[in-house]
Amino acid sequence: MSVSTSTALSGVTRAEYCVIACAEAWRDNGEVLASPMGLIPSVGARLARHTFSPDLLLTDGEAMLVGPDGTPEGWLPYRQHLALVTGGRRHVMMGASQIDRFGNQNISCVGDWERPTRQLLGVRGAPVNTLNNPVSYWVPKHSKRVFVEKVDMIGGVGYDSAAAAGPTATRFHRIPRVVSNLGVFDFTTPDHSMRLASLHPGVTVEEVFAATGFELAVADEVPYTRDPSAAELASIREVIDPRGLRDREVRG
Amino acid sequence: MGDKTMTADEAVSRLESGMTLGIGGWGSRRKPMALVRALLRSTVTDLTVVSYGGPDVGMLAAAGRIRKLVAPFATLDSIPLEPHFRAARESGSLELMEIDEAMFMWGLRAAANRLPFLPVRAGIGSDVMRVNPGLRTVTSPYEDESTGLPETFVAMPALRLDAALVHVNRADRAGNGQYLGPDPYFDDLFCEAAATAYVSCERIVDTAELTKAAPPQTLLIKRLSVTGVVEAPSGAHFTSCAPDHDRDEAFQRLYASMPWPEFAARFLSGDEQAYRTAVEAWHEEQR
Repeated sequence: MSVSTSTALSGVTRAEYCVIACAEAWRDNGEVLASPMGLIPSVGARLARHTFSPDLLLTDGEAMLVGPDGTPEGWLPYRQHLALVTGGRRHVMMGASQIDRFGNQNISCVGDWERPTRQLLGVRGAPVNTLNNPVSYWVPKHSKRVFVEKVDMIGGVGYDSAAAAGPTATRFHRIPRVVSNLGVFDFTTPDHSMRLASLHPGVTVEEVFAATGFELAVADEVPYTRDPSAAELASIREVIDPRGLRDREVRG
Repeated sequence: MGDKTMTADEAVSRLESGMTLGIGGWGSRRKPMALVRALLRSTVTDLTVVSYGGPDVGMLAAAGRIRKLVAPFATLDSIPLEPHFRAARESGSLELMEIDEAMFMWGLRAAANRLPFLPVRAGIGSDVMRVNPGLRTVTSPYEDESTGLPETFVAMPALRLDAALVHVNRADRAGNGQYLGPDPYFDDLFCEAAATAYVSCERIVDTAELTKAAPPQTLLIKRLSVTGVVEAPSGAHFTSCAPDHDRDEAFQRLYASMPWPEFAARFLSGDEQAYRTAVEAWHEEQR
């Protein structure tokens, strides 16, 4: 295993690499709804639409489908959103309080479900999302508390759970990527266990291993997350997130 | 057309302890909070609450009125975690049927359509099946064309309600309800899934007024599924009720941070008018 020295462009922040890594989740998705949850995925989805995936649909975070300048182009109240999920023309990027080696995700509670040590949101739409349309994840603080051997409550269905549940679960199930503040991860291994796909410039493989609570598959050569183009940087900094809110979610 | 107008207290007087109660809105959005506050003034308890949970769930849990909660989440939206729901779960005082957002909708649809269940893909392979051992599956009588095998789904049971509480922007005296914000949420389904339904609104208007300024598609709730109509200005406070009022974020932050006994003593010890006066006084103090 070897890693070349960091090729970070001077001045590109970690948050901006995270934005690029999130945006790439929606490359070549065609005319589908991009549902980013969280700030950096939202900036990423808008960047993808601004640049290489212009056919994506985006919402205003409530019930309107809106163009890049905020012009409404459609209506998507929750009831229609849920129908769109099951129709499959959507790629959501959810958060994860816990995620495990096979992509099972938890935002419900920590500890024993019967009496949790820490109650979180509940499963929300994770079960319906993961069985019906591609689901990626965003983790702003990569740590062993998040990347765990087994999640306490499976809301988002992972590859092993889907396989055990049979064809109803596997038919439309896909987890394209997990993006964290340290790198990009996917499940393109023979057993669909999580793999380190790229490191954000400035991060080492050892750093990722130390922050991950399970054995992570890794290639002999780990690439770096690609650099943003000058045009992409300008889009992020001047159009999509001029107030720099992204740097509050991920520093450095 | 009968006149179904009544006060919030009259509506709540028709509820009984032990009922299964559906509460409309979504998270901290267009919740029938004036009706929830009336419920808190009553002695009705031991409830099974069915809700896309927000502060309605939090307040009823804090007051010890919920025996069992059926929900996919509880959140204050701008504050992700509902503090009193959390406390109730972490102290083990709340029985929970935790299901997915879509399963929840199909449960209401099944009840509204008088079906015992509806098949849903959601839930299969997740721990929703583990924590709800009563959930059964149903196998399709048709083979899937791609695999030649029949698929197996969750048989989401009907979420039948004894009563539903919802809040909309406008209604007439007969119970025709109108939403004017961006999303109807699922308030019509709650009313249709319930044996009785109580609709509070920002303003009661003449029937002819309903279609003067807004298109007919905004007429979400039909009077045949409504038992009572309550005029409750700011009746969703402190949740959002666009376009009549936004969420009161400052007050929501207070709700989320103040110990419950203190909050209840200051804001919930009197009637709805006393609540509004106390909220105004608090806002004055913040200036």
